[in-house]
Amino acid sequence: MVTITIDKKTIQVPKGTTILEAAKQNGIPIPTLCYLKDINEIGACRVCLVELEGKDRLITACNNVVEEGMVIYTNSPKVRQARITNVRLILSQHDCNCPTCVRSGNCSLQKLANALGIIRVPYEKQLFHSRWTKNFPLLRNYEKCIKCMRCIQICDKVQNMHVWDLANTGSRTTVDVTGNRILEESDCALCGQCITHCPVGALRERDDTPKVFRALADPDKITVVQIAPSVRAAWGEPFGLEREFATVKRLVAAMRRMGFDYIFDTNFTADLTIMEEGSEFLEKLKNKENEKFPLFTSCCPGWVRFMKSQYPDMTDQLSTAKSPQQMFGAVAKSYYAELLGVDPEKIFCVSVMPCLAKKHECALPNMNDAGAGQDVDVVLTTREVDRMIRAEHIIPQELEEEEFDTPLGVGTGAAVIFGATGGVMEAALRSAYYLVTGENPQPDAFREVRGMDGWKEASFDLAGTELKVAVASGLGNTRKLMEALRKGEVSYHFVEIMACPGGCVGGGGQPVRDGEELAEIRSDVLYGLDAANELRFSHENPSVLKCYEDYFEKPLSHRAHQLLHTDHHAWKMPGEK
Amino acid sequence: MSRLSIVTRNRAQTTVEELYKGLERRIIASPPGLCPVDMALSFLKVCHAQTCGKCVPCRIGLGQLQNLLEKVLDGTAEMETIDLIEQTAQDIYYSADCAIGYEAAEMVLRGVRGFREDFVEHITKGRCTCELNQPVPCVALCPAGVDIPGYIALVGEGRYADAVALIRKDNPMPSVCGLICEHPCEARCRRNMLDDAVNIRGLKRYAVEHAGEVPVPKNAPPTGKRVAVVGGGPGGLSAAYYLALMGHDVTIYERRDHLGGMLRYGIPEYRLPKETLDKEINSLLATGIHVKTGVSVGKELTVEALRKEYDAVYIAIGAHTDKKIGIEGEEAEGVISAVEMLRASGEGSPMDFTGQRVIVVGGGNVAMDVARSAVRLGAEKVQIVYRRRQEDMTALQEEVHGAVAEGCEILELMAPLCIRCNEQGRADGLWVKPQLIGQVRGGRPAPGASSQEEIALPCDKIIVAIGQGIETQPFEESGIPVKRGVIEALNWSGIQDIPGVFAGGDCVTGPATVIRAIAAGKVAAANIDEYLGYHHEITADIEIPKIRLHDRKPCGRVTMKERDAGERIKDFELIECGMTDEEAAQEASRCMRCDHFGFGSFKGGRKDRW
Repeated sequence: MVTITIDKKTIQVPKGTTILEAAKQNGIPIPTLCYLKDINEIGACRVCLVELEGKDRLITACNNVVEEGMVIYTNSPKVRQARITNVRLILSQHDCNCPTCVRSGNCSLQKLANALGIIRVPYEKQLFHSRWTKNFPLLRNYEKCIKCMRCIQICDKVQNMHVWDLANTGSRTTVDVTGNRILEESDCALCGQCITHCPVGALRERDDTPKVFRALADPDKITVVQIAPSVRAAWGEPFGLEREFATVKRLVAAMRRMGFDYIFDTNFTADLTIMEEGSEFLEKLKNKENEKFPLFTSCCPGWVRFMKSQYPDMTDQLSTAKSPQQMFGAVAKSYYAELLGVDPEKIFCVSVMPCLAKKHECALPNMNDAGAGQDVDVVLTTREVDRMIRAEHIIPQELEEEEFDTPLGVGTGAAVIFGATGGVMEAALRSAYYLVTGENPQPDAFREVRGMDGWKEASFDLAGTELKVAVASGLGNTRKLMEALRKGEVSYHFVEIMACPGGCVGGGGQPVRDGEELAEIRSDVLYGLDAANELRFSHENPSVLKCYEDYFEKPLSHRAHQLLHTDHHAWKMPGEK
Repeated sequence: MSRLSIVTRNRAQTTVEELYKGLERRIIASPPGLCPVDMALSFLKVCHAQTCGKCVPCRIGLGQLQNLLEKVLDGTAEMETIDLIEQTAQDIYYSADCAIGYEAAEMVLRGVRGFREDFVEHITKGRCTCELNQPVPCVALCPAGVDIPGYIALVGEGRYADAVALIRKDNPMPSVCGLICEHPCEARCRRNMLDDAVNIRGLKRYAVEHAGEVPVPKNAPPTGKRVAVVGGGPGGLSAAYYLALMGHDVTIYERRDHLGGMLRYGIPEYRLPKETLDKEINSLLATGIHVKTGVSVGKELTVEALRKEYDAVYIAIGAHTDKKIGIEGEEAEGVISAVEMLRASGEGSPMDFTGQRVIVVGGGNVAMDVARSAVRLGAEKVQIVYRRRQEDMTALQEEVHGAVAEGCEILELMAPLCIRCNEQGRADGLWVKPQLIGQVRGGRPAPGASSQEEIALPCDKIIVAIGQGIETQPFEESGIPVKRGVIEALNWSGIQDIPGVFAGGDCVTGPATVIRAIAAGKVAAANIDEYLGYHHEITADIEIPKIRLHDRKPCGRVTMKERDAGERIKDFELIECGMTDEEAAQEASRCMRCDHFGFGSFKGGRKDRW
């Protein structure tokens, strides 16, 4: 233990603790801006400055550790003035047009400037101009970037994709795509983790809400919306709603208020995915000798982008099953249009996703199998839906719970856990067990694959066959797994990958709360919903069964192949041959 | 009113003078990798501030050039802007009245021609082509990429053995380098911004001399692969050491009787004692490297034969042949090459110059080595004859000063004409033509014959030290590509179209420094390992001390003391004295820890494995 004095308070902390942590643990908050625990401790913004007695110059609290006998002042006149100056300098190079910023009210710089009582910036405004295309799902605003370097660090250290780096030197230093590329031509997986870790509004998703508002206002359009599993665990956060209150049924109510004609649950197609992907896997298992293992899940489009750019030669090992979002789009514009007795061209299909890569996925040239334009017309992130709720002057606190529409609004507990890492695997195992043995396992029999570990392994006995599975989330972990597979250090039958740490609950399209990793808390919500659901098995979803009976006949049928499966080679990642 | 007055500097002027000094130091500390356009613009601003304001091209033109460069940097320029910059700079160069204007314009012109592609990148992509890859200046400039802040911190903590082990991760010859490295690491040390570069080499020497025996790391399990290293100099030894650590079976082929190459046969004992060298070599050989001395590859044993017997071959034969001046009488008795003379010393049978007048021709470090050795070998008089001026010598200035202190005379601006012989055919004088220093060509002022009369310099021995060459012929015959007198290898040490054969060091670059040879050996080891199908990693696994938070106030650099000139010329003992304990402690505390402060904390100033 080390004894130090902070703001006249003598405290003891373990050796190696940073000054910032030591102060925090003892109820002394030191303001930070660029700091991101364990990821970005580089003292770039110089906001966490403190005064160390006996030293003329100030030091940063985030990346300096305590030493015996240190006497520290976190808010001496020297510190206060230097900190204010630094924040003013940052503001002088930040586009402070806060009213039009997506992060207004949820911006760390705004909060900090307010907290420090800064009401004037004595410096000339200098904004860094650079070009950025407006139609890619991920947008960067150089004029708002404060060069905190977090995006670079997240992409390097967590996602291991090295998409961002510093560009230029000296006063013109900024952040841009590595190797002088542009983002569209890079191997960015579109996980969006850089967005959710940006302290300001320099990074955001393409705003697709105007398209949806236009469709809602169009009397000739039948608007059909699907809500992804993980959205229900997070949508209420920006409104300060309790998780118990911010249920998916209240989100349904909000969407109905906005004027959507039919509100459905992606859980329905998550169950359908299990039927298709599970059957595909069992087919593969039957033909073990001639098949390449593992089979990889294909629900996460960030992961699919990763696979196609980093390990293109293994693309064929991706399940051909479409993601639940795309299955839904195809079903909505075929089966459901038939049920409604309408021209599928009239259906405007929207999805609410925790994800940026989904925006790219829905626009892929081959995602139009129902023959009525793109199967999914627009993808909104959770954040965009929250903005729509605000724009519609809906008071979420006053919403009553409302039910999904039927039949595509029915989902099981197995489907809702798709939103958390391991969920797809668990759901698939539950049904695979049934399909092989003819009886249901205990619903929680495969809980070993749950949890926030970045790379989990398990093996199960499937009617006498040992089944080795792995689950990874986060692309850094994924790369480790892939390399180990390539080197032959590990081998599996089935692997689930999610590009975002913790799965979709930690998705790049989810609400941002700076400095907090909420994936685990959100996934608890999903597992709670699974446990509470009467239906725990995808193969017991009555709407799914009916859908097969009336339309698809059986999993992997000709029609299922046509509408529910895809060719991952039908489009190319930049640079892919 | 007085008719004349004494000019005194006011306070403002004195302060500005101090700022100039600071700026000079600051420019020295410029790290590699900065945007050249941005730097050019910054220099231009300084130039513009110097204008007196009288003439149009300088007063207005330099300002407009700045605007244009700003546009390029802001990404708002068009491709035509480059032409406008060039045209404007050209016209300022032609028309400015004094150097303040035309030299500033010339600088811009040089930039627009020298790094035009960076201008284009800024205009087309709004980006710079440059990247600050290695954020720590000393590490960036050390050819071997030694973790300098790391080992200095270890010295500061008294962990000398750890310091040595850490150095060996990237440079297996810390004892040698502690004494004779040319320390490119110090050139852009950030400490220059305060006062002066940290004495890095001195601290390395201190670490080595206080570390005691530091065992080499354990080898990786044997791979069964066999590698031949041709040449037992610093490059070959380094490659062999790392390859052995990686688990390969390595054999060094050395044509002389002992290992060390130029370290033994080219560097005098008073700079690098043989005992130190032997100890260092033995520590490397402890990894289990096999050695075959007295075998000349290329003659008795061909490269083809080695390729058949080994899985990979590294050629590191160095540069051991001498260059001739090409004047009449050079073949006469009494004319010796520097290589010959130093080799005799290295072999333990030094030449005797007792009572003789010796002339050394050349101005490089080897010339100084030869001259200072001649003094120690009894010469009555040693004269160093050089075509250019003393300040143009390529030798380190401290070497030149050392030679002068030991009584060597420097005859600058003297070009050798011919060698005079006595009746017995022995050289007894050197005719030289006095030179006039002339125009700068390729960054150096070139001498030309002056109208002064030729001079005869009487002497007993003439030692020619004007450079070394490489004995490429036997390798060329084996199909190894040779271009302009050096072996042609790629930047990863491989040789085009000859898989499994690698080359590096002096034989590829021409005569260079020990640290560059070591770095080449390291690069070769890594790529040979990959070629053999492995990816062994070299690490040191040493925890680096946390930074110290003290204010770094300006403080003088500890320089290395030398033994008295009058005393040291009597023997071949080491000239340089090591730092004292308090000197080393103070010097270590001067390190700015760029691995932690600044860019280092972001991009990681440390590569803990390769």
